[in-house]
Amino acid sequence: MVDSKHQWKAWIYLLPALVLILVFTVWPIINTVRLAFLENYNMMTALKGAKFNINFNNFIKVVQYPGFKSCLLNTVLLCILTVPISTVLALLIAVALNSIKGLQKFLQTVFFLPYVTNSIAIGMVFAAMFNMVGNAYGTQNEIIVTAGIINNIIEFFGGTRVNWINVGSSYLANMTVMVIYIVWNALPFKILILLGGLQSINKQYYDAAKIDGTRKGRILTRITVPLLSPMLAYVIITGFIGGFKEYTSIVGIFGEKLGPADDAGRLNTMVGYIYDSLAGKHQGRASAAALILFGIILVVTLINLRVSKKRVHY
Amino acid sequence: MKVVLQNVTKIFPSRNKKSKEEVVAVNNFDFTIPDGKLVGLLGPSGCGKSTTLYMISGLQKLTSGKIFFGDDDVTDLSPENRGVGLVFQNYALYPHMTVKQNIMFPLQNLTGKDKLTKEEMLSRTVEAAKLVQIDELLDRKPSELSGGQQQRVAIARALVKMPRILLLDEPLSNLDARLRLQTREEIRRIQRETKITTIFVTHDQEEAMSISDVIVVMKLGVVQQIGAPQDVYDDPVNLFVAKFLGTPPINVFSGKVSGGKVYIGDSEAVADAKGVPDQEVFIGIRPEGFIVDAAGPLTCTLSGIEVMGRDSSVITTNAASLNPFIRSIIDSDIKVDPKSEKVRFSIKPNKIFIFNKETEERIRPEVK
Repeated sequence: MVDSKHQWKAWIYLLPALVLILVFTVWPIINTVRLAFLENYNMMTALKGAKFNINFNNFIKVVQYPGFKSCLLNTVLLCILTVPISTVLALLIAVALNSIKGLQKFLQTVFFLPYVTNSIAIGMVFAAMFNMVGNAYGTQNEIIVTAGIINNIIEFFGGTRVNWINVGSSYLANMTVMVIYIVWNALPFKILILLGGLQSINKQYYDAAKIDGTRKGRILTRITVPLLSPMLAYVIITGFIGGFKEYTSIVGIFGEKLGPADDAGRLNTMVGYIYDSLAGKHQGRASAAALILFGIILVVTLINLRVSKKRVHY
Repeated sequence: MKVVLQNVTKIFPSRNKKSKEEVVAVNNFDFTIPDGKLVGLLGPSGCGKSTTLYMISGLQKLTSGKIFFGDDDVTDLSPENRGVGLVFQNYALYPHMTVKQNIMFPLQNLTGKDKLTKEEMLSRTVEAAKLVQIDELLDRKPSELSGGQQQRVAIARALVKMPRILLLDEPLSNLDARLRLQTREEIRRIQRETKITTIFVTHDQEEAMSISDVIVVMKLGVVQQIGAPQDVYDDPVNLFVAKFLGTPPINVFSGKVSGGKVYIGDSEAVADAKGVPDQEVFIGIRPEGFIVDAAGPLTCTLSGIEVMGRDSSVITTNAASLNPFIRSIIDSDIKVDPKSEKVRFSIKPNKIFIFNKETEERIRPEVK
């Protein structure tokens, strides 16, 4: 304990960090809650001393807004689809990586590359892979005809090309691209965490399993997964939180239109909605939407924790 | 099931690419472990005893040589097909499973004609748990058990599938002193009841001596001596074995053989060595080999007396001793005056061994 006579010294040392946290973290949170309950808040009139009614109108407006439902649906769908897929894939890749000897370091680096690459840049690459360019699909100025690498591959194996993200593409095709992209983007972090967990599991458990003639599949489900459960819980919970904040990935693939050119905003998400409201100078509505999103994440995380308490061992 | 090790050798390749130095962990191990016996592999750390155990289990591959269980050649068989039960040094109990699930796990792995019904599994599990006396703890997690209880669960897990051979890797090293005594009796009892050929590894000679039918003393991958514990203790083949067995350890002196008599330093002749040519030797005398004798040939300087009740240790020094102190155990009825400066001993002839100074091999005088 610091001598009470010198406590002020401790506060001085803490001050720089405290000021930053108060200004850039604590105050914005408080202000968000405040703005969410102020009707028709406007910063310019507020500076002139205008008063605003305190009520739930912002929340009502958010819920009634026609785009809100699809934003919420997109967000929830992306979460439900990408978190399990990416977690299972990451687990399998981590187990595979852990069991090979040669090239392990090299492959680890390869799998980690997406993590250190800008997600907009990755999005543009993905967009290029799925994009169809040419007279038949794009505008008249685009004369190079290609159906995109993915379609080329599909056609090579005798399939028919799919309109993934261009004018006239289906919602299903759009979501497929988004899921592939988000899963791919989410893998490295999860692989890293799970690989770290795997490497800390005592090898003797596997020797014991070997002596007892345990088959590979059973070793995975009965030994590896339970022993990895704390890491899995962490990866799933952070995955859901990240999933509910999905936005940049949509921009990465579809650009600012957030959907194919003929149906802009079709793939908008909750965070996208918040940005849109801010852009429309509706700070109140944006704050209310942020609080709704916070509520959803809170509930989902609590459910996650409740489930993991039963499933996570020791 | 007897276990035959034929010229078993294990060489670990060098980790360092520059030096091509290989590590010979086990060198030409040749031994038949008789059926239904409890065998202790004994040696200091790094002597290859655990490697030998893992080669018998199948977790380590042999560099050369062969292993037979009975008449079956198991050298190239994978661990699960050998029918061995292995208890790991730190038990390797699955922390997420209850005791019951841990013991049952090997049974659930059985497939094909060996597949058991749920009832059979449960009854075998309870049977194994009863054998090691943990049937009250079946619903606990390993973290809720004491070290000794975990050890029993590990043994039950190894026994439940009725292995042909039971292997124990340093079974007592994680237990405290009191539990160690208890558990080693327990291992002896379980082995007697199941009559499964059991091989265990230890660096603790007392542990090995107390429960084994046969001990195998190893040093740097080479077997030094194999035999019943008492025989090895009474008749060590070299200085290493003599020093390794026995607590308190043997007292070693440098001395000489001259004219068929053994001399320690400048003492009078302490023993006969009939037919041994004159030479410099190492002399080992067991602590219980000293007799306090006012006319004895060996004179030592008294440095202290430790009274234990049943017997007492007389601590002395002698210039010819290789250890700083000589520890001799004498009956507590025999009183040594703590104030006296010198103590004279005579030596029991069957407790004194002489060893070649270069090879450290035992030199055996002709028996009269």
